[in-house]
Amino acid sequence: MKRVRARLVLAAALATGTAFAQERAIPLDQLKPGSAFLGADLRSLQADEFANPGTLWVERGERLWREPAGKKKQSCAGCHKDAQTSMRGVAARYPRVDPASGKLLNLEGRINACRVDRQGVEPLRYESEELLGITAYVARQSRGVPIAASIAGFARSHFDAGEAAFRLRRGQMNLSCAHCHEANWGKRLLSETISQGHPNAYPAYRMEWQTMGSLARRLRACLSGIRAEMLPYGSPEYLDLELYLAWRAQGLPIETPGVRR
Amino acid sequence: MKRRDFLAGLAGSIAFSRAALAQVEPLDPLVLAVTNGVPVKKGKVTVVLPQLADNGNSVPIRITVDSPMTEAEHVKSIHLYAERNPVRNMANFYLGPRAGKAEINSRVRLAGSQKVAAIAKLSDGSVWYDTASIVVTLSACLDES
Amino acid sequence: MSARIQISPQAKRGEIIEVRVLIQHPMETGYRHDDVGHLIKRNVINLLSCRYNGVEVFRADLSSGIAANPYIQFYTVAETSGELEFTWIDDEGQQGSERQPIVVSG
Repeated sequence: MKRVRARLVLAAALATGTAFAQERAIPLDQLKPGSAFLGADLRSLQADEFANPGTLWVERGERLWREPAGKKKQSCAGCHKDAQTSMRGVAARYPRVDPASGKLLNLEGRINACRVDRQGVEPLRYESEELLGITAYVARQSRGVPIAASIAGFARSHFDAGEAAFRLRRGQMNLSCAHCHEANWGKRLLSETISQGHPNAYPAYRMEWQTMGSLARRLRACLSGIRAEMLPYGSPEYLDLELYLAWRAQGLPIETPGVRR
Repeated sequence: MKRRDFLAGLAGSIAFSRAALAQVEPLDPLVLAVTNGVPVKKGKVTVVLPQLADNGNSVPIRITVDSPMTEAEHVKSIHLYAERNPVRNMANFYLGPRAGKAEINSRVRLAGSQKVAAIAKLSDGSVWYDTASIVVTLSACLDES
Repeated sequence: MSARIQISPQAKRGEIIEVRVLIQHPMETGYRHDDVGHLIKRNVINLLSCRYNGVEVFRADLSSGIAANPYIQFYTVAETSGELEFTWIDDEGQQGSERQPIVVSG
């Protein structure tokens, strides 16, 4: 009886496509955040609620959250009130297809859409202190919440495109994301251990940058590392890839503001 | 200063002083400015650095000086040097009996594997130092983002 | 320049308290180039001082050897209630300051 039911479940899974049958790219018990591949110093710096340099951007974001902008003098807090409750878990669901526009938006895109549509002001530039600040502040409210981005419905085509981007060989080294972060994570590359390539700590403070940076900047850094062309910030391919990465990382708690090498 | 020059200076100074072997160069103009020619003794100061740093841009450092930190007997200043940094005098910290405890923690930039020295001036006029070595590894991936 | 200061807000007279300072600043070394190859001018916080009820209890000369977004931790003895005032200045003359109240008992 049990076996029959198991077969039925399997058949149903096969019928709904690979993503369902596959369930996960990395089994849950092997899923490790980037912080697991760091040395003790950077791990403890990330955990230090005071000394984590990313907290400077989170605090800036908190001030911006309350700051009225535009002719309507509208602030984020004006609509969303206390971010500690209203934004809890939100970052864990992004990237997400915006029901109004039908576009796939990451957190930065959502914030900028709010600025244009609700506050009537210019969108913030990628990697500006302001956008990093608000994004980090919003994501900080989801610290500890497991990533659970949806790939159903309209998100599906973005997910497929994201997976294709993840597996596409690029650049002079002819490598895809999967070559390092799927087939070889945990192995040494010079002095470093290759991570699984998860997005759950971004925006993050990277020692290499000596500042805070977005996930898009991290993706560009990876492309530069394999000597491939870096795409412009906010390009659709990055958004698709961010969705695929979120799906790959489902179940990993948000760590923003992360500290990374 | 280039490493070559530093080493050349170091080699030259051995003729003058055995203390040069211990990495703090008593005749170095930078050190002279702090010590006014008072002999620099090893001891009392402890520099703690990790043995290995993943990235030289931000390395945790702790400097402690064995001192009761009283009005009569305290640390007046701590001077921090990096052998191979383009600017070798990384920081100077001025404290006194009101510190209660002679300990500083910070994060420094280190241009590659090298020795770091801390020199402490005490209220009795004596000068003490310690050094610590660190290996700074290079990033595996280029990053021009 | 935004900054964070952490001290325990309450202490007993004579107690040694830990002071933690974190300031947002690039601590530009003067050796980096921008996207178009121009050298970025050196700009570091070169002086940080802490006054306890008006009396300087700690001062630091900093250089490009201190990491970006400098973190400095030191100690001071709790004497009387009042405030700790932190001030700093960078190479471009930009100043910052932060105050932190302290209540001392006993």
